[in-house]
Amino acid sequence: MLHPGHEESARRTSMIWSIYVNVVVQGVLTGLVYGLMALGLSVIFGVVRVVNFAHGEFAVVGMYAAFLLFRSLGLDPLVTMLPIAAAFFAIGFALQASLINSFVGRAEHEQFILLVGVGIVIANVLLMTFGPDARPANLPYGFDSYLIGPLIVDKVRVYSAIAAVAIAAALFAFFRWTATGTAIRACADNLAGAAVVGLNVKRLYAITFGIGLACVGAAGALMVTIADAAPSLGPAYTLLAFIIVIVGGLGSMAGALIGGILIGVSEALAGFIIEPSMKSMFSFALLIAVLVLRPRGLMGRRA
Amino acid sequence: MIALWRGLAPRTRAWLAGFLALLVLTPLVADRYLLSILTLIFYFAYVGQAWNLMMGYAGQLSLGHALYVGLGAYVAALLWVYFGVGPWLGVFAAIVIAAAFGGAVGWLGFRFGVEGVYFALLTIAAAEFTRIAFDHLAFAGGSGGLFIPYEEGRLGQWWNLRGGQLLFYYVALALAAGGVALVAGLTRSRLGYQWLAVREDEAAARALGIDAFRAKMAAVLVSSAMTAVGGVFYAFYYNNLFPAQIFDIGRSIELILGPIVGGLGTVFGPVVGAFILTPLGEGLIALTARLGIDAPGMKAVFYGLTLIAIIYVRPSGVWPWLARVIGVTERVP
Repeated sequence: MLHPGHEESARRTSMIWSIYVNVVVQGVLTGLVYGLMALGLSVIFGVVRVVNFAHGEFAVVGMYAAFLLFRSLGLDPLVTMLPIAAAFFAIGFALQASLINSFVGRAEHEQFILLVGVGIVIANVLLMTFGPDARPANLPYGFDSYLIGPLIVDKVRVYSAIAAVAIAAALFAFFRWTATGTAIRACADNLAGAAVVGLNVKRLYAITFGIGLACVGAAGALMVTIADAAPSLGPAYTLLAFIIVIVGGLGSMAGALIGGILIGVSEALAGFIIEPSMKSMFSFALLIAVLVLRPRGLMGRRA
Repeated sequence: MIALWRGLAPRTRAWLAGFLALLVLTPLVADRYLLSILTLIFYFAYVGQAWNLMMGYAGQLSLGHALYVGLGAYVAALLWVYFGVGPWLGVFAAIVIAAAFGGAVGWLGFRFGVEGVYFALLTIAAAEFTRIAFDHLAFAGGSGGLFIPYEEGRLGQWWNLRGGQLLFYYVALALAAGGVALVAGLTRSRLGYQWLAVREDEAAARALGIDAFRAKMAAVLVSSAMTAVGGVFYAFYYNNLFPAQIFDIGRSIELILGPIVGGLGTVFGPVVGAFILTPLGEGLIALTARLGIDAPGMKAVFYGLTLIAIIYVRPSGVWPWLARVIGVTERVP
């Protein structure tokens, strides 16, 4: 804390530092939620090898679901996150089983265009249903915060970050220790081998897509506590998830969370130092730099 | 040009000449509304053709072509608003700037081995980066937009692209026809065959001694330059430019729908796609307006569903099928 008798400049320096620390902590917490969203993308791409270009749109659907459940029934997004994730799992399973499975192995641009189409439909159905305006959820504890020394931390961000880490941990445990999780990893590592030993690859792909969407649904529900829901957010979130996954390294679950933290902090700092509207410019510059400078690493496990 | 024409089968030649004559004579009978829709179709046929050159022929997926539309539009509009330089001159500046950006994206991508989906992401990132930059460029109007003033005295100056619907109809028709001729010519050139080789199997193309980097760079340069010309047209047709609209990723996607629906890697695919999609979209808008439904997203939902249906049922597009039906071939062996 500040003491009287300190020089003015020293006081100002320490104040500025505490602001920076606040901004960074804020960025880390937001970044973990971003990370959960990106985790969904990473899991889908890592296993099914299909780029979910509608990822951000699904996140926005999760936001609206949590928003509606909160506004109509007063249910906290931190609670409704779980049923939303379950519903998204079902949607993802159905989508992969009915539509996307037939696109596995087809030309990259065909898969890409299919999911772009899905994204366009979702974004504009949301637009037709809810209108173009951003909707804030206005949680009762939305403006509460914890004071930890010089730090002022928003309650919602702390809860959301904890929830994001918990889900990521559960997912890690699923892939590590369950039979289904192991089978899915086998599909990712060696598709032909997995098929030869009798794994039902199509079903495992559907489960994987379901898991990916469950992540993004939960992340969307958490996102509604820190951002306003708007139909136009989809492409920006899709790109955000891509940036995170590519920065963090494809196929790595920890990488998605770490990438999320990195992007969360860099956005928060850029928004604070320069101008909030320019913050995503830095993410795009970062994406270009990573794409160009680490092409080998970026190819993931495809080799 | 003449060699191109001679290279077509007689039946194809007849179809093409008839179709062109019909479009040239349409303004004699059509009203303004129909002309405006046809103008839009030609515009999308043209920019779709530019994109098709890069994706359909050279196999490089760009999802950021709105970047070149926007740059072309802004460069020509700025030259006109600030210096009174007309679009017929400004278009060359637009081409140079857009090709420089396209070259930069291509160089970064091809030099550092950024391929497929990653290359597409690179193009999106470049477009989004530029969009945000233009939001903050005060001299270009920032996010508030740039407007080309309406001047009564200049109205007849067709050489400055100041005029009514009829002028823009013929300019757009010339663009679309020119785009078809240019791509048809290029694809029959040495470079065109190199593009096809690189698209099909880059490693094999290299083994044959094709400079794949050079071929891909040529594709992105020509494509971005062509797209920029479309941007100049856009600026003078609509007279207002907003970074959030013109550089938007939605615009990049709108632009690629035509060639995909029509048929990637075919000369007439982008034209056919534009003739299918634009009237359907406009018709849907007219229908919902008549029914009194105010649903701004409906056209886009329809586009999205069309995209899914086409890529699911007929991934090679409508034109190859249609060409078989009417007995026309694009390519004479």
